[in-house]
Amino acid sequence: MPKQQANWSPYDNNGGSCVAIAGADYCVIAADTRMSTGYNILTRDYSKICKLADKCVMASSGFQADVKALQKHLAARHLIYQHQHNKQMSCPAMAQLLSNTLYYKRFFPYYSFNVLGGLDNEGKGCVFTYDAVGSYEKVGYSSQGSGSTLIMPFLDNQLKSPSPLLLPVQDAVTPLAEAEAVDLVKTVFASASERDIYTGDKLEIVVINADGIRREYMDLRKD
Amino acid sequence: MFRNQYDTDVTTWSPAGRLFQVEYAMEAVKQGSAAIGLRSKTHIVLGCVNKANSELSSHQKKIFKVDDHIGVAIAGLTADGRVLSRYMRNECINYSFTYESPLPVGRLVVQLADKAQVCTQRSWKRPYGVGLLVAGLDESGAHLYYNCPSGNYFEYQAFAIGSRSQAAKTYLERKFENFTDASRDDLVKDALMAIRETLQGETLKSSVCTIAVVGVGEPFHILDQGTVQQMIDAFEIVGEQEGPDAAAGQEASAEPEQGAGAGEGVAPMDI
Repeated sequence: MPKQQANWSPYDNNGGSCVAIAGADYCVIAADTRMSTGYNILTRDYSKICKLADKCVMASSGFQADVKALQKHLAARHLIYQHQHNKQMSCPAMAQLLSNTLYYKRFFPYYSFNVLGGLDNEGKGCVFTYDAVGSYEKVGYSSQGSGSTLIMPFLDNQLKSPSPLLLPVQDAVTPLAEAEAVDLVKTVFASASERDIYTGDKLEIVVINADGIRREYMDLRKD
Repeated sequence: MFRNQYDTDVTTWSPAGRLFQVEYAMEAVKQGSAAIGLRSKTHIVLGCVNKANSELSSHQKKIFKVDDHIGVAIAGLTADGRVLSRYMRNECINYSFTYESPLPVGRLVVQLADKAQVCTQRSWKRPYGVGLLVAGLDESGAHLYYNCPSGNYFEYQAFAIGSRSQAAKTYLERKFENFTDASRDDLVKDALMAIRETLQGETLKSSVCTIAVVGVGEPFHILDQGTVQQMIDAFEIVGEQEGPDAAAGQEASAEPEQGAGAGEGVAPMDI
């Protein structure tokens, strides 16, 4: 008797792309607002971005039900942290918590591809990029999701992130100004929407800096 | 009193039908430094006296934020209070997670009371030695509850627990009819006045007390010392004038208490 195959999957892929770019004193996190399944669109207006702490925002693509559960879990953990420490979690602390939370479900993972962005304790921008089971790294910029294969090489070209193998050691942070970074993100998504069928509709951009958190939107192709 | 024969276990009844261990736990509450609470239709104010063990040490934390809409002030074994606060916080977080809405205060105090009751019916446990004034806001309005070590709980317009709380209760009994429609600031002033009553002579300063507020559009938070001191300074002058009036008012008042007192013959936990 040939091996039985599953006739049902607990996962689905709702598509979409996320990007985050870290600056000297700001961080830009962006994601499209299209939620799809197969070749169909479920909604054109779904936010993949979640504010976890005062200076820490997460954007996730993948299976949105798992993303929602993950966001709720982290929010609850953050509340506990605030009760115990009387302060907000820093971005690096949240980064570690996210990694541990993902690995906790190593053998039934959250189908969630995350980028975490925010300001660290010194006010410098930081971006952390993850796989589905919690492997993470602090980087100057990153993208995840269906459009990441189109977006990442372009970001590499524009932001020239130095290799960590080079000496002298260079910062992971981009030398871009905030307005330039936001512009770059808009360009990148406009391009990704052209060729990736799962990316489009609207772009949601979140900018974190010393003044707080700002949100803006841009229309993308609806086809 | 000769009640030592039946007080070894919490699971032993006395011939008069009392559980002495539970009553002793209520005594522990009376030994703790004072905590008071009062509410209007839209706000609840909690206050407590900061008692430090010595001049060198800091005072113990007696007011805890449980959620944005609930806070608690404790009197008695503060360690027990801390543990119960952690339980309450957890319950709020879990309810929020499941129902995406804030835990109604009434539900929380019942859970707390049931938890306390368990410790009055297990031979290997002891009752919690802490009284909790739970202040919370939900769809049905502003609430103030008192949870006893016995597992009973009561709703109050205003209440005081801990040492010298009777002085504060007397003050609150005089003023409570005005609380429902009082403004937030008046409520805080009344809380400070009530705390002053428990100090009995000692000067009321912001370092000696802690005040917390929760209300409609105002998440639970502890007021900072500067704000508290300003409010004290604002009414201290008025307070001097009120002195002679207060003395006359006390003799005339005979308002029914909201369950704040207890007959001498009745077991204290049956309040």
